[in-house]
Amino acid sequence: MSDAILKDAELAFASVDSLPLLDQAKARFLGKQGWVTEQMKALSALPPEAKREAGAAINRVKDGIETLLKARRTAIQEAELARQLAAESLDITLPGRGEAAGGLHPVSRTLARIEALFCSLGFAVADGPEIETDFHNFTALNIPEDHPARAMHDTFYLDAGRLLRTHTSPVQVRYMQENPPPIRIIAPGRVYRCDSDVTHTPMFHQVEGLWIDETASFADLKGLLADFMARFFERENLPVRFRPSFFPFTEPSAEMDIGCVMCGGAGCRVCSHTGWLEVLGCGMVHPNVLGHVEIDSERWQGFAFGLGVERLAMLRYGVDDLRLFFENDLRFLKQFA
Amino acid sequence: MQFSETWLRSFVNPPLSSAELSHQLTMAGLEVEALAPVAPAFTQVVVAEIVSVERHPDADRLQVCQVDVGAAEPLQIVCGAPNARAGLKTACALAGAALPGFAIKHAKVRGVESLGMMCSAKELGMEAVAEGILEFSADAPVGQSVREYLDLDDQLFTLKLTPNRGDCLSITGVAREVAAITGVAAALPVVAAVTVACTEVPLITVADARACPRYCGRVVRGLNPLAVTPAWMLQRLARSGVRGLHPVVDITNFVLLELGQPLHAFDRAKVAGGLVVRQASAGESLLALNDQTLTLDAETLVIADDHGPVALAGIMGGQTTAVDTATTEVILEAAHFAPAAMAGRARRYGLSTDASHRFERGVAVDLPRQAMERATQLVLDICGGEAGPVVEIAGAVVPRAPIRFRPARARKLLGIALDDAGMAAHFARLGLSFTQEFTQDSAAWQVQAPAYRFDLTIEVDLIEEIARLEGYDRLPTVFPSGEARMRPAPEAQRGTDAIKMRLVARGWQEVITYSFIAPEEAAWFASDTAPITLLNPIASNLSVMRDSLLPGLVATLRHNLNHGQERLRIFELGRCFASVEAGDQPQRVAGLLYGLAEAEQWGVTARAADFFDLKAEALALAAPQALSFRNEAHPALHPGQCARLYLGDSAVGWMGAMHPRLVQSLGLARTPLLFEIDLAALSVVPLPRYQRVPLLPSVRRDLAVLVDDALVVGTLLAAVRADLPAEVIALEIFDVYRGKGLPEGKKSLAFKVLLQHTGRTFTDAEIDALVAQVLGRMVEQFAAELRN
Repeated sequence: MSDAILKDAELAFASVDSLPLLDQAKARFLGKQGWVTEQMKALSALPPEAKREAGAAINRVKDGIETLLKARRTAIQEAELARQLAAESLDITLPGRGEAAGGLHPVSRTLARIEALFCSLGFAVADGPEIETDFHNFTALNIPEDHPARAMHDTFYLDAGRLLRTHTSPVQVRYMQENPPPIRIIAPGRVYRCDSDVTHTPMFHQVEGLWIDETASFADLKGLLADFMARFFERENLPVRFRPSFFPFTEPSAEMDIGCVMCGGAGCRVCSHTGWLEVLGCGMVHPNVLGHVEIDSERWQGFAFGLGVERLAMLRYGVDDLRLFFENDLRFLKQFA
Repeated sequence: MQFSETWLRSFVNPPLSSAELSHQLTMAGLEVEALAPVAPAFTQVVVAEIVSVERHPDADRLQVCQVDVGAAEPLQIVCGAPNARAGLKTACALAGAALPGFAIKHAKVRGVESLGMMCSAKELGMEAVAEGILEFSADAPVGQSVREYLDLDDQLFTLKLTPNRGDCLSITGVAREVAAITGVAAALPVVAAVTVACTEVPLITVADARACPRYCGRVVRGLNPLAVTPAWMLQRLARSGVRGLHPVVDITNFVLLELGQPLHAFDRAKVAGGLVVRQASAGESLLALNDQTLTLDAETLVIADDHGPVALAGIMGGQTTAVDTATTEVILEAAHFAPAAMAGRARRYGLSTDASHRFERGVAVDLPRQAMERATQLVLDICGGEAGPVVEIAGAVVPRAPIRFRPARARKLLGIALDDAGMAAHFARLGLSFTQEFTQDSAAWQVQAPAYRFDLTIEVDLIEEIARLEGYDRLPTVFPSGEARMRPAPEAQRGTDAIKMRLVARGWQEVITYSFIAPEEAAWFASDTAPITLLNPIASNLSVMRDSLLPGLVATLRHNLNHGQERLRIFELGRCFASVEAGDQPQRVAGLLYGLAEAEQWGVTARAADFFDLKAEALALAAPQALSFRNEAHPALHPGQCARLYLGDSAVGWMGAMHPRLVQSLGLARTPLLFEIDLAALSVVPLPRYQRVPLLPSVRRDLAVLVDDALVVGTLLAAVRADLPAEVIALEIFDVYRGKGLPEGKKSLAFKVLLQHTGRTFTDAEIDALVAQVLGRMVEQFAAELRN
């Protein structure tokens, strides 16, 4: 009999597929008028001995029904969850919503990289005006009026004595006028030359560097700049070479070349098949420059350098046309986000 | 400076290949910009003589030539060159010859056999264009290889010289340098004085001895007007890029290249009276050799005769006294013009000549005499005639002061260990002599530089020479050391990179535009002041300095709209120029928003960006500083959608929608939204200061009121907030509604009221009372009505 009722319950529970219906089905067996209650009522008519035995049998059936009920409840819950999950599942390949991140201009990105490298060595960042005086841009840098070196700087003039700075070197002068040595600064910024063609834009960016103390030597200059280039291009053994050159505000002066980062020195269009790329000018600060800012060149010495930011950006990212930097076409700029 | 390697090697011939020599020059600071063969490779081209010429039987323009190529029999060659004629010596490619781009074979030309080809300079790759076949002089040796005859295995060196090395603007100068770097002795030309054969002297006065410390002049007369410049000289001139003009002129050019001394020759017959070296009087004019009539200013040194200027000293001669094919008598000039008197003068007249290039950089002061003798000798050799004595007008020669040089100083500056003997050896190679002097604390040398190294004047010049001869690459390389002190890091300052990254993180793309813009662009965003104008702009649309970043952003917008973009969110950070003063060039950051508020995407209703989208960006950019917004007028912005931005009482920028008139004139489909803020205002941020976080949660109540549509919400908020009960910690607007269901001329404002008790929870009655108090202000001051 008990087997029959368990079988009956199992069938009844299996025939429903929601929790409310399961509760209704349960009532037939475990409810107030359910089978178990009815059986328990019938016990009172039995003698004590038989009552105990029959009672135990009913409880066993009751436990059996509850086990069945619990199993079915779990199964229904699982099925409902599965249905919910199926209903809620998304096409996760659809695009995300909201604003995409913007990006820095590649020149800014390059400047930030240069600044970070020099700042890691204790350089401070200095700044100066872009409309400069003739004095700061030329005279104080040992380039007197009508010096042939002035012809190398195609200068934009504003009025007598005012011009757009042709290099970031005047920041050196301004900084040294305000700050006594030792000095360790870089000065990034815009510079201007009256020149525009495939390889020249009338505005571009330079980073000037200046290190003055009592011992900074040409050997230090070479070490610092070789280290910088290796770090900037992330090439541990990047070949570098220094060649004598001429800048009125440094002596000895040098051009620094690096092994071509495009072809590895084998020779390509970018390095004009020489295997070398001219990347910066540098030298020991000229005693006349120190004299102009009243720093004693017998006690203090040091070096300065100036590098072209667009040039480094072009080499770093493989950009082959300088003019792209100032067209600001988003299809170009987005590549550096 | 371009020259033939053969010429250089005739003075100094180190055992180095062309490429090695080029490398060493570059590494010594005489940068070789180009090294190229004078002619491309070709084979089997010989000097030939045309023996006879006949008309081709079947072609009017062709001739059948018998050509002696030095073989037993002449070759028959069909030739179309108009200058092919009997007796001409020319270049002939034999059958089997490989010319640049093609090969020569036996051929039949219109039925006539042709056993080679006579060549033009173009066919041998020596010139880009050529008329007719090459013409050699009558003494050209028939049968000799043309490569050998014309020295076509020569290489052209092009040096990119720095302005301090004017001494290397001659073959002699480069040869001296090569000798110094390689240690191979140079055999420089030895110039002897010519025999003076007549007593004629030019009448010369130097009126400005400072500008012209030395002037040598001499008469050479009896020149053969039919003389021609020899081929060897023309070839050397050509390989330095100088065209042959007239034998005397060619000779002066040759000596300039050889020794570095510019010379000039006047046709003596055309000179009226004597020559005077003087400054021009303003307004005087000169018809220069390039056929330009120059009007001179008072700071121009000229050579004048009794009628006026006949040459721009050290720059260019004049037409009226120029030598020509009838000239039989010249005055040769070899002078020293001081760099200070020459600097910038040529440029002032739009000129740049070989002479001016050298005088501006400096020429050795003792060179004129030597160059005069050298040129005279060549004139006598080539043109004949007889020379008079040299008239030399020169002040007392002031000996150059020796340069004090301390070897220890050189070691310290360069960071090298080179000993005194090593330095002495370098000086010896450079032709520097010195004596030693010992003072108490250091040894110093007194160094005497030769006259041609006028660039060496102070100690550091000599230190550079030591470095150069030592070789920059052989100098030590060390990592610099210094004080290991940390840099100050002011936390209350926000750097430009942090400001940029704030915008980038919110979807803004940085651009960098030119600092100069078109005047009309400046005018759109004009303050009242006239823009700063460049005297020499590169183009009229880049002629004024920007006083705002906005024109650049608008130009960038237009460029990108033309290239298919529809939505932009761009910014720039940079300097603007209110005046030319250093302190008046503020850095600003500006942004432009165009198109949809959010990029077109699924599940989002497309909506054009408006004022409030931009306002949120401005607020976020300035946070934690609170910008405030005041209705002020800006010429480029919509008067009803424009705000001046304030931090406290300081105006720090602008934002708004572009003025519809400007939108229309720019032909834009949508209205750009713009902001511009002073960087200085964004760069200072207060250091955070902790305040206790309340233990209990705050309570929120919402409040909706009806007000007049014209009421400015900011006015209401400011007034109510100014007088809130202490327990009300925030009053924020979260909805504005107009239209259906509301009376005409009214709008509904919904506020969130946040209440916070510091010690315990509120009772309902307390909350109601506080909200009523807030509402009360709105009712009293702004006639607000509570909505239900």
